[in-house]
Amino acid sequence: MTDHTIYLDNAATTAVAKEVVQEMLPYFETCWGNPSSLYELGQRAHAALSDARERIAAHLGARAQDIYFTSCGTESNNWAIKETMFAYRDKGRHFITSSTEHHATAHSALWLEKHGYEVSYLEVDSDGLIDPEAFRRALRPDTTLASLIYGNNEIGTIQPIKELAAIAHEAGVLFHTDAVQVVGHLPVDVEELGVDFLSASGHKFNAPKGVGFLYIRRGIKTKSFLDGGAQERKRRAGTENVPYIMGMARALDLSIQQLAQRREHAVALRDHLIQRVLDEVPHSRLNGHPTLRLPGNVNISFEFVEGESLLLMLEQKGVLASSGSACASGSLDPSHVLLAIGLPHEIAHGSLRMTIGHETTREDIDYTVEAIKEVVAQLRAMSPLYEDYLLGRKAVSAIKS
Amino acid sequence: MAYSEKVMEHFSNPRNMGEIEDASGVGTVGNAQCGDIMRVYLDIDEDGIVRDVKFKTFGCAAAVATSSMATELVKGKSINDALKVTNKAVCEALDGLPPVKVHCSLLAEEAIHAALWDYAEKNGIAIEGLEKPKSDIHEGEEEEDY
Repeated sequence: MTDHTIYLDNAATTAVAKEVVQEMLPYFETCWGNPSSLYELGQRAHAALSDARERIAAHLGARAQDIYFTSCGTESNNWAIKETMFAYRDKGRHFITSSTEHHATAHSALWLEKHGYEVSYLEVDSDGLIDPEAFRRALRPDTTLASLIYGNNEIGTIQPIKELAAIAHEAGVLFHTDAVQVVGHLPVDVEELGVDFLSASGHKFNAPKGVGFLYIRRGIKTKSFLDGGAQERKRRAGTENVPYIMGMARALDLSIQQLAQRREHAVALRDHLIQRVLDEVPHSRLNGHPTLRLPGNVNISFEFVEGESLLLMLEQKGVLASSGSACASGSLDPSHVLLAIGLPHEIAHGSLRMTIGHETTREDIDYTVEAIKEVVAQLRAMSPLYEDYLLGRKAVSAIKS
Repeated sequence: MAYSEKVMEHFSNPRNMGEIEDASGVGTVGNAQCGDIMRVYLDIDEDGIVRDVKFKTFGCAAAVATSSMATELVKGKSINDALKVTNKAVCEALDGLPPVKVHCSLLAEEAIHAALWDYAEKNGIAIEGLEKPKSDIHEGEEEEDY
């Protein structure tokens, strides 16, 4: 073990910013009323909530009334997809998504299939990009909604959302995007993008876990996700999580203020990490698009090694990351995203995702590269697949050295 | 999912990792699709005692730890006693495995059996109670096109 901890899993979650904690405290300690209550204690909380909604909306070029607070990105996706398909079920029961979505979308699509809806899954190319023309061809008269992820949580590929949303609209189809990995990291303007729904999650940009939002364009019918009181313009019942929502508003303020510098910092470290690993570790490959890519995302496969072992050995060197291997996820198959971009199972098992944050330094990255080199060499020395490769039993390595 | 300290200890410091040149028997089980491959090398002397044993494993921490423990358990044993090292014994010696990882210990047992089977075949003998391992991978057959 080591006292040196390098956190490279910012796509999983981020640390809550100190300013965010400060912002939240009064809403636990003094301004803790229910925003639906009529007395002043409640009304102060209500005013705070309105302020948070306006600030968040302004960062996205949206109207405050079109921002709905939720408990997380998963809830936002479930709501946008299931309840919209249900609300427009008489118009059409066809839904379009892709083969590289987050489970919150992929499993919502499975739910639709089980309940009398039809789903088309768009394929992606080897970089993880959707072909807009293939999307156009998939649209049908009974298509109600399309949901496509903006920045892929595993491989970082950024889809041409503006173009895709325009194609959907030409056919009179509603468009949702899961922007959980994008909000707070890249500029987002819902008018510019032309989306009808957009999901976001606070803890991906230094707010606490357990709070997110869904943008819903005005005039769009959707059933409430939670039935009950009149909160969130009667569309999402349940007493609002005022402290966390205030924290999320503050976190987004901070992220937007520093977006340009943080983005530049993350991209520079990302490209440095990718370059060094690909140059210095033989039989490694980058997954996802080389440039149309989330600023902090690095996803690399190492042939002949397995991801869980890689993660645990890196952890022993103080580097925290994640993997698309089956073992690391507790399921039997490796990541569906890595399979969708065409990786063979055994290469998908050897994948490593490292996601850079604004506190990551160049020294951290250089230390990580050295750690990866050591760990990969150790695991390869242990690998019967590598032995076979060295002995020429396996004719061709899938990845060029 | 949490591993026992013993599993992490064997994963971090695997015993008997490596290969044996001109081994008496070599067995490889599992497949890369599922993410686990184990290869066991046995050095068996004329008295039928496992003098040395080595392994190589592609897989998760549980796969490495079960390989390490299984090789420890068969080292120095007679063929018949080595055959009696079950996946249950491997699991217990490691203070248990998470339920989703129990298959790794089965693979370790099979890898030992596959190596013993190879030894028996090379020497034209039959080992009582040893069946041909199901997931044995024969050299050269595992080539995949991609």
